Amino acid sequence: MNSRGLRSQLKDSVPVAGLCPQGAYGVQDSLRSGFTSVKNELLPSHPLELSEKNFALNQDKMNFSTLRNIQGLHAPLKLQMEYRAARQIQRLPFLQSSNLALDTLRGSDDTIGFEDILSDPAQSEMMGEPHMMVEYKLGLL
Amino acid sequence: MALSNVLESPASGFNFDNAARNAAFEGLFEEGHPPKPMKTGTTIAGVVFKDGVVLGADTRATSSEVVADKMCAKIHYISPNIYCCGAGTAADTEKTTDLLSSNLTVFSLNSGRNPRVVMAVNILQDMLYRYHGQIGANLILGGVDCTGNHLYTVGPYGSVTKVPYLAMGSGDLAALGILEDGFKHDLELEKAKELVRDSIHAGIMSDLGSGNNIDICVITKQGVDYIRPFQESEYKDTRKPKYKYRPGTTPVLTKKVVPLKLEVVEETQQRMDTV
Repeated sequence: MNSRGLRSQLKDSVPVAGLCPQGAYGVQDSLRSGFTSVKNELLPSHPLELSEKNFALNQDKMNFSTLRNIQGLHAPLKLQMEYRAARQIQRLPFLQSSNLALDTLRGSDDTIGFEDILSDPAQSEMMGEPHMMVEYKLGLL
Repeated sequence: MALSNVLESPASGFNFDNAARNAAFEGLFEEGHPPKPMKTGTTIAGVVFKDGVVLGADTRATSSEVVADKMCAKIHYISPNIYCCGAGTAADTEKTTDLLSSNLTVFSLNSGRNPRVVMAVNILQDMLYRYHGQIGANLILGGVDCTGNHLYTVGPYGSVTKVPYLAMGSGDLAALGILEDGFKHDLELEKAKELVRDSIHAGIMSDLGSGNNIDICVITKQGVDYIRPFQESEYKDTRKPKYKYRPGTTPVLTKKVVPLKLEVVEETQQRMDTV
């Protein structure tokens, strides 16, 4: 298989848990996510859950569309090309990548927020099965 | 141990996994009231005077109806020229001001300048608006920078107001009355300190959530004078945090010494080579 092509299939957006069942064809995957519960799937239980999950993405989208309105199409296009290149410099899914190039581009190497202090993924209590995580990332699962 | 239902690394930042469980718990507590986090039901005040800014705060932290901390420090350091008083949930004000301080320190290391007060206010405003009021922090920011003496207030939803004098917290109505009555533009240092002290005192007397001592922080171009405590409450607590008694406190009545009988079983000698 062409590994270069597979890398570009890496998922960009974060799926929201509970809003749509995660199995194949949209049917609830009982083996992996447990039994269905209507209340769980109606709404995320915390008002901030949705907005926090997609916060970085939404910020980027907003910044790029503002940039497009001010400076024309080429400016965000060129920046997004650099973002895509930087986003591909990653370790395998189950290992923590430093994302140094991505942080420098975003400017978040100079700032500290709650995402740097709380819930550090390098120190999470649960470890995933490496093969399954790679398969999920590539969309084969 | 590797779990096969974990398909992605957990995201950093806030974790909402327990929100559904907490919502289910609401109905299980007696009278339907879950335990409340520690709040600084507070009186905090700030005044801009001729040479700078005076900030004042009481020192009581409450947790529901119990005083959780009698010597709580509510005036937080942000940068050498900016200090911040915090009212609301104690942990939220602490962490938010810590983050703000770290961000401004990185900025001043990068640029070689002291940060301006507007910068602190903007960072706070962005941070608090992002969380839509879930972070319960009512802050009064005061500082002196190259553009002058400034006093701002930031609410938990991200609202910002720039004012010459201000009081926040559960005792703010009482404190604001004193401030409204006594404030003039370009006060002298001693008058400004007295005014802030009187307003915090009014808050302590009229509000159950404020009490104990009064802290004052004076920020001028020359530097910062953090007076803690500026005034101690008359109701002192004589209980000690540690109970350590002098040797000899308990009188010795009788003494009996029993030597242990030991038998020499084996005796060996080992020569050491000392060079």
